Amino acid sequence: MKRFEFLIERALLLCALVSVATTVGIVGVLLFETVEFFTEVSIVEFLTGTEWTPLFANPKFGVWPLVLGTLLVSGIAMAVALPLGLLSAVYLSEYAPPPMRRVLKPVLEVLAGVPTVVYGYFALLFVTPLLQSLMPSLAGFNALSPGIVMGIMILPLVSSLAEDAMQSVPNSLREGAYALGATRMQTALTVVVPAAFSGITAAFILAVSRAVGETMIVAIAAGQQPRATIDPRVPIETMTAYIVQVSLGDTPAGTLEYRTIFAVGMLLFLGTFGLNLASTWVRERYREVY
Amino acid sequence: MSAGTPVVPSLAARTRPGSASLADRPVKIDVKDLNFYYGQKRALENISIQLRANVVSAFIGPSGCGKSTFLRTLNRMNDIIPGTRVDGTVLIDNVNIYDPKIDVVGLRRRVGMVFQKSNPFPKSIFDNVAYGLRINGMATSKAEVHERVEASLRAAALWDEVKDRLHDSALAISGGQQQRLCIARALAVKPKVLLMDEPASALDPIATQHIEELIYDLKKDYTIVIVTHNMQQAARVSDFTAFFWLGRLVEYDRTEKIFTAPAEKLTEDYVTGRFG
Amino acid sequence: MASASTALATPDVDAGIARRRTLDLVFQAVALLVLLAVLAALAALVYSILHDGLGRLSWDFLTSYTSRHASHAGIRPALAGSIFIIVLTAGIALPVGVAAAIYLEEYGTRSRMARLIELNIANLAAVPSIIYGLLGLGLFVRVLGFGGSILAGASTLALLVLPVVILSTREALRTVPMSLREGSYALGATKWQTIWYQVLPVALPGILTGLILALSRAIGETAPLITIGALTYVPFLPDSVWSPFTVLPIQIFNWVSRPQVEFAQNAAAAIIVLLALLLTMNATAIWLRDRFQKRRIS
Repeated sequence: MKRFEFLIERALLLCALVSVATTVGIVGVLLFETVEFFTEVSIVEFLTGTEWTPLFANPKFGVWPLVLGTLLVSGIAMAVALPLGLLSAVYLSEYAPPPMRRVLKPVLEVLAGVPTVVYGYFALLFVTPLLQSLMPSLAGFNALSPGIVMGIMILPLVSSLAEDAMQSVPNSLREGAYALGATRMQTALTVVVPAAFSGITAAFILAVSRAVGETMIVAIAAGQQPRATIDPRVPIETMTAYIVQVSLGDTPAGTLEYRTIFAVGMLLFLGTFGLNLASTWVRERYREVY
Repeated sequence: MSAGTPVVPSLAARTRPGSASLADRPVKIDVKDLNFYYGQKRALENISIQLRANVVSAFIGPSGCGKSTFLRTLNRMNDIIPGTRVDGTVLIDNVNIYDPKIDVVGLRRRVGMVFQKSNPFPKSIFDNVAYGLRINGMATSKAEVHERVEASLRAAALWDEVKDRLHDSALAISGGQQQRLCIARALAVKPKVLLMDEPASALDPIATQHIEELIYDLKKDYTIVIVTHNMQQAARVSDFTAFFWLGRLVEYDRTEKIFTAPAEKLTEDYVTGRFG
Repeated sequence: MASASTALATPDVDAGIARRRTLDLVFQAVALLVLLAVLAALAALVYSILHDGLGRLSWDFLTSYTSRHASHAGIRPALAGSIFIIVLTAGIALPVGVAAAIYLEEYGTRSRMARLIELNIANLAAVPSIIYGLLGLGLFVRVLGFGGSILAGASTLALLVLPVVILSTREALRTVPMSLREGSYALGATKWQTIWYQVLPVALPGILTGLILALSRAIGETAPLITIGALTYVPFLPDSVWSPFTVLPIQIFNWVSRPQVEFAQNAAAAIIVLLALLLTMNATAIWLRDRFQKRRIS
């Protein structure tokens, strides 16, 4: 009987360790293929080169255009998601009457639960034509439309995490501000938001991480042309979209092309992992004790 | 007369209750037939009371008797709680604060409030005191802000303790200091009336003594209303005392009289500790 | 008289109040408009998909194989693939996730190992899904030799949703009252007997709710399955865990990527089916949660 209990505990621990094994697996797989990749391509060329043409006869492996494409789309997404998400959060937390909150919050959650391939469809076949009617110079594939749609997709994440942070600001601080003659806007912007600063910042960083790792919207609507540009009207390619592009083709394992996706994946993993750590760190380090 | 400068009190203001001059003070707050409702429930019933200028009035009574609720009707703090309703009138300096034309934001600047649990903003000591000046646009220059912050901290008897660390977080000072900071914050916007909701209930005896001495000093410049569950405290700091029970004002008189010869049996039972 | 009625008003300050009031109203209006704009975007998304896809939806569309001709093409293999892979994902993620949660909640509390595992799970939850695809490609497809099979896909998705399953299971376990465990121990039950016969049955609806919500994320995933080599053209139904496969999101991606408007309509119709599946799953989860809560109250 005792032995059985012991075995059960070990089995449960084993299952819990699957998550650790997953991390080890991710790092292991990425590292193995990336190291192989760098035996053939110089790491300096990879990180500093401005041309990415690994599938050409005369391949060039400068990852910069993919990084710039990722940053461009993420930047547009953040320009949408951060201010609008924060405003929504302020409205939901400080203004909305409770019945309205009860309706609006689940609707925002629906927005967050829509599969990304659906957003890709929306970006390519609804938002891009709409933008083209306003801006004729916009190409059919571009960074602007997927950026905006990605912003809409990430907005609920920002709004819900920021609202949580504001809700945890004690009411006594709001009363203190009201008692001094502050309006609701002044209370929200000069007391509640600063008091919730660490939680809001953590939400922002997490949102950036989500944008950088988002794949299908850009794979569908941004094009597949690695290009070192900050012009949001022309086709570009992100790191994630490149991985999809190569995966769709018939690239045999062990070739240099095959390894490029792991090298790009490694960069992506390090970037998002760094952002996630930063988000946790900000939340812990600057946690307000009221 | 400029409304910003408080009435200069006579020396008699420092005398203990019982002085003949107290009853001659002008009425500062005049409440008539005030009822207050949480939804369907009536929490305050037909309260009528006149609070005089430059004296300390204490509200006492058992928990849930409505004394804090009543205090919060005097700066319309209850407005921010959904589902509440008030009828009756509250005149402050002869103006009905529940008049639809009255701006609640302006009212709250003039009727300051200190809360049961000190609630400094997570900002520096300086920024806490300067907060009200800034949001109300009351100081035009940096020098003026500095001047007002220092004056308020001095008035709250906190200046000497914090003058060397004005830019430290307000959350780093002791509980008693935090409460005096909240008083300084309220004084900075030059209110006429200072409402205090059990301001010392979370403090140790020494910090409590500091607050009580401060209240005594402040009444020469302000009309003070304090809610307390501590009867000794009411006896020590106040000139007038009002006893509340089940949402009603049972008795209101000179503090001395309430504690030595109350007119109502209920009051006597309470102040002698027979219930509550 | 005049001085009495203005005693409450200090002109220098009150001049600013009207402006602050207006500012407050403007700010509130802007914030509300932003929220409404977001809802409008959601409405536009739903409208564009229904508008484009509803006309294509038919029994034939659900039961036909893919075709070069948009009007003959259907989603039979993709729908079957999605259902097959979700069931298999659940079969892997449920036991592993629940076991891991039991360990963290009931056994390893506060040990350093548990702390490490928790930290690790929190970080995994924020890793982009395409990175899981690369893990699946390197580990399941190549090293373990599963190839681009349903098993490789389900294993990858199971790892992807594992953090969510573990977190929601722990929450469900936490709602089981301590008195229930104590009652069981008092009768001489061992720890595992207590968990298996007393704790798990009570926590089960909560666990299933979390599982369904996790799976509703998995069913919409596209990128990791493309990465492990799921096919875009599958003219047959999957018949075992070793079958090559496709899923609805990949089929949608494939159709969206074609220039002809007829294929875009197919994509929209397939999206309607995918969203209907998602809605059904979410509704089930909500129904389970409500039932769970009612039982706890009574």
